[in-house]
Amino acid sequence: MGLSVCVNKQLKGFSLNVSWAIGDELAVLFGFSGSGKSLTLQLIAGLMKPDSGVIKANGTIYFDGERHVNATPQQRSLGYVFQDLALFPHMTVRQNILFGAKGVPENERSERYRELTETFYVAAFENKRPSEISGGQKQRVAFARALMRRPDVLLLDEPFSALDTPLRIEMRAFLKDLRKTFQVPVVLVTHDAGEAASLADSIIVYSEGSVIQSGLMTEVFNNPVDERVKRLLAGQEDTLRPFCKRH
Amino acid sequence: MDSSVLFSLRLSLQVAFAATVLIIVIGLPIAYLLARKNFPGKELLDISLTLPLVLPPTVTGYYLIIAFGRNGFIGKYLYEWLDWSIMFTWYAAVLASFVVALPLMIKTGRAALESVDSNLINAAYTLGHSEWETALKVTLPLAKRGLLAGIVLSFARALGEFGATLMLAGNIPGKTDTMPLAIYSLSASGDQEQAAGMVVLLTLVATLFLYLANRYSRRIF
Repeated sequence: MGLSVCVNKQLKGFSLNVSWAIGDELAVLFGFSGSGKSLTLQLIAGLMKPDSGVIKANGTIYFDGERHVNATPQQRSLGYVFQDLALFPHMTVRQNILFGAKGVPENERSERYRELTETFYVAAFENKRPSEISGGQKQRVAFARALMRRPDVLLLDEPFSALDTPLRIEMRAFLKDLRKTFQVPVVLVTHDAGEAASLADSIIVYSEGSVIQSGLMTEVFNNPVDERVKRLLAGQEDTLRPFCKRH
Repeated sequence: MDSSVLFSLRLSLQVAFAATVLIIVIGLPIAYLLARKNFPGKELLDISLTLPLVLPPTVTGYYLIIAFGRNGFIGKYLYEWLDWSIMFTWYAAVLASFVVALPLMIKTGRAALESVDSNLINAAYTLGHSEWETALKVTLPLAKRGLLAGIVLSFARALGEFGATLMLAGNIPGKTDTMPLAIYSLSASGDQEQAAGMVVLLTLVATLFLYLANRYSRRIF
């Protein structure tokens, strides 16, 4: 189980060049906004095409520039929770979650759905539309939908950024439980030092499109490679704003 | 009501309805392509299909004659192979209405489809749904209001088409005289009473359709 990523992507005024691998763990992609974290997730999911490199999940090659392999997003077994959650506004909670059941055999769907609704406590409002439920509830629906078809890896793009602090802390605990229950490698993108510290097994620190340090959370925390990483992890993000040229 | 008035009313509705069907079948996929795909000549396609919105309908009609007239680059073959020409038939009125009303569908439809959050479409892709399924289950339903507004507007425009229809279908009583053409003939021949009746009728129908278009485009989830 795991995910390895080695990609190169040139955009207008920005260049991403990263290489990292994770196992069955929760890895945090950490860094300023504009450092290429979300772009990395999009490349992993196949929503954008890298210029070169290799992306591999659980032994399956999703992308290989040299061998001209480029699986479509549909072919990649990934659960993707978007920053804005991307729940379908015209579907009920139930329809949203079942929309993620593509590829799950018909006879397993209802069992899988029941299992997820119990884990995520969404049964009570399964017939409501996303506009009728709270932020925390939406979050849980998005997770359930992403897990419906048993993805090999779960990609989370700052999923808690829109929540207020108490709820964010609750959701962190929830995410830890989820990792235990579903045994799925998770890549979490965040620029919140507290979130990284409380959740990460390992951490990959991004800056300006490259990885400046990576390793186990405790290692990186105790031995930051330079001043930037140290201050980032201390949560002194604001003092570093001037370094961040792109937003 | 006079039987010729009834004929014109029926013909107008028939032409507008047929043109709207064409607009849905042809215009909607084009609006989708323009909204969601990148291809060379995309803006050129948009502009050329939108031109009838700003050109005098007679100019549009002129182009249609060049294409579909008996010696036109398409019409020539129709005449050769089928011994048939679209000119001066009610099909010509449909063609004229279709081309003149199409820009309304393209503009409104493209805007509606472009306004669908691309994150939702990406989400559907990462959940394993093909582009086709995503279009049917996510993109089109979310753009529904705007698309309906486009369809209703196109219908209303097709119903009121005059210039291009006159060029292409002529104004043959009992054959191609849709309401706008009949009104022109009646007014020109001094039958103001009949003309006024049809003017009122057409105004009412157009008002109703604009009301519907407004209703559809404003109601949001």
